[in-house]
Amino acid sequence: MGTYVLRRLLQMIPVFLGATFLIFYLVLGMPGDPLASMCGERGCDPATAASLRAQFHLGEPLHIQYFEYMKGILTLDFGETFSRRPVMEVMRDAFPITIRLATVAFLIEILVGIPLGLLAGLRRGKFIDGSVLLGTLLVISIPIFVVGFLLQYFLGIKLAWFSPTVSGEAPWSELLLPGIVLASISMAYIMRLTRTSVVENLHADYVRTAIAKGLPRWRVVTVHLLRNSMIPVVTYLGVDIGALLAGAIVTERIFNIHGVGGTLYQAILRGEAVTIVSFVTIIVIVFLVANLLVDLLYAVLDPRIRLA
Amino acid sequence: MPSPTNVLTPPEDVAAALPLGASADSARVDRPRSLWSDAWHDLRRNPMFLISAALILLLIVIAVFPGLFTSTDPKFCDLTHYNGGRAPGHPFGFDRQGCDIYSRVIHGARASVSVGILVTSGVVLIGGVIGALAAFYGGWLDAVLSRFTDVFLAIPLLLGAIVFLQAFPFRNIWTVVAAIVLLGWPSVARIMRGAVFSVKESDFVTAARALGASDMRILSRHILPNAIAPVIVVATISLGLFIVLEATLSYLGIGLPNSTVSWGGDIDAAQSSLRSAPHVLFFPSAALSITVLAFMLLGDAVRDALDPKLR
Repeated sequence: MGTYVLRRLLQMIPVFLGATFLIFYLVLGMPGDPLASMCGERGCDPATAASLRAQFHLGEPLHIQYFEYMKGILTLDFGETFSRRPVMEVMRDAFPITIRLATVAFLIEILVGIPLGLLAGLRRGKFIDGSVLLGTLLVISIPIFVVGFLLQYFLGIKLAWFSPTVSGEAPWSELLLPGIVLASISMAYIMRLTRTSVVENLHADYVRTAIAKGLPRWRVVTVHLLRNSMIPVVTYLGVDIGALLAGAIVTERIFNIHGVGGTLYQAILRGEAVTIVSFVTIIVIVFLVANLLVDLLYAVLDPRIRLA
Repeated sequence: MPSPTNVLTPPEDVAAALPLGASADSARVDRPRSLWSDAWHDLRRNPMFLISAALILLLIVIAVFPGLFTSTDPKFCDLTHYNGGRAPGHPFGFDRQGCDIYSRVIHGARASVSVGILVTSGVVLIGGVIGALAAFYGGWLDAVLSRFTDVFLAIPLLLGAIVFLQAFPFRNIWTVVAAIVLLGWPSVARIMRGAVFSVKESDFVTAARALGASDMRILSRHILPNAIAPVIVVATISLGLFIVLEATLSYLGIGLPNSTVSWGGDIDAAQSSLRSAPHVLFFPSAALSITVLAFMLLGDAVRDALDPKLR
């Protein structure tokens, strides 16, 4: 187990370096002056421009810039935004909000998606199965921003069950509606994955054995069937953590939330290279760690999988 | 592909009378019909396939010949009709600029359909080649290509596409296609790699190699036809998702330029008048959703036909 984790961590290093370099190249390496968008039409004050160029090592080759930037990250120095505010501080404001939002979405996905998928799989071909299949297809097909507008309009404004926008502090209660919007598509996939997986395992030998042993039905379903059906779902959930952080760009724009998505989107519009690279780097790290955790979870769910 | 009228081919009704499930699987071994003619046989009888295929055909006709469906210029706008409702000759009403919504919905199909088709072709081509080469040659090439795939897979699709697009000073349909292809190919590569891996140890590959067939011939004539099925399924379903992604990018104001009539852009523009004129938002959203739904249904039907076990 220990060697496996170590090997996976070592494998993560080239992937991490490659992904961050790719982003770095897209933001800073493309032709054009990265500072062009900063000062608008009038152009920058030469002294400011010079100090910024020195700070980002803009005159030097891209791999040197990248190397200097990574050296900074190791000491948690993410550089400064155009308004000379440390990026670390911006992240400290933005991340807690989006982590709360993603947690709400993640819980909704698990607490609604898995039980409904299980139910549809157990009642295959019945009414509930058909409704789940049709409902998920609709949710997947309607773009998330349209779902967002509709829920905001009907639940937030017409019925006033939820607050239609989110205040600066973004307390948990206001994040419920955005959480539902952010979760909607992944929830639909999780329902479908759980359903397919449950249907596949329903006639497995171990399920028949468990029933033949006279175990109560709920025990067969939860301990035997569900646990064995969870592997594709857990895989999806792991990939989804990164997608939730990125998908927050759309959700946060609809509900005017100033989390990772909102801040990142503003940074992209303004061309704030350092902020973009820093945020994306963190998201890539979160994504890679989540995938590692998923692989470790496999062994817990299915003892036949040995991690060596 | 219709089944050839071969003496060895059993009549269709005999095949249809065979029970589904395990016995059908064992029966297939004796039957000379290929997976493809079998799948086509199933598809023709699937109402979901017929409906979605008809819808997609209609969409493609609309995208290629929008003039057949409307003679109103989508860019002819009259502000006196600002957010106006239905009027004679204007069945969907008018948007914020006073443009005819029906005409814009018809003309918007081209952007969505062409982005969807171009991106899917690009993703299948790049992902397919990289995945097939990695699995076929294995060893260090596989290791390098797999890590390379992982690098692109580590960047969320939407996020990567936004970062890519902001790097361009100009925006057009090709930058959007390039952005989605650049970030979208790894999932196809992974599926292709898995499929080729499972086929390449087969006896018929060994036999072809023993007969002295070249690598290229083995790969293209023997392995690919037997490994392409999962890629086709994923490509069909993804086509719908790529159309959503394009609309999302246009909604964020970073996708197609405003000069291109597109559903995503129109939805974005309609957002501000949602409360006073919901119909402006409704029609482009409905067109987008129906299109995506059609491709997802088609993908589901193709998957069921190619893999009866999943039913």
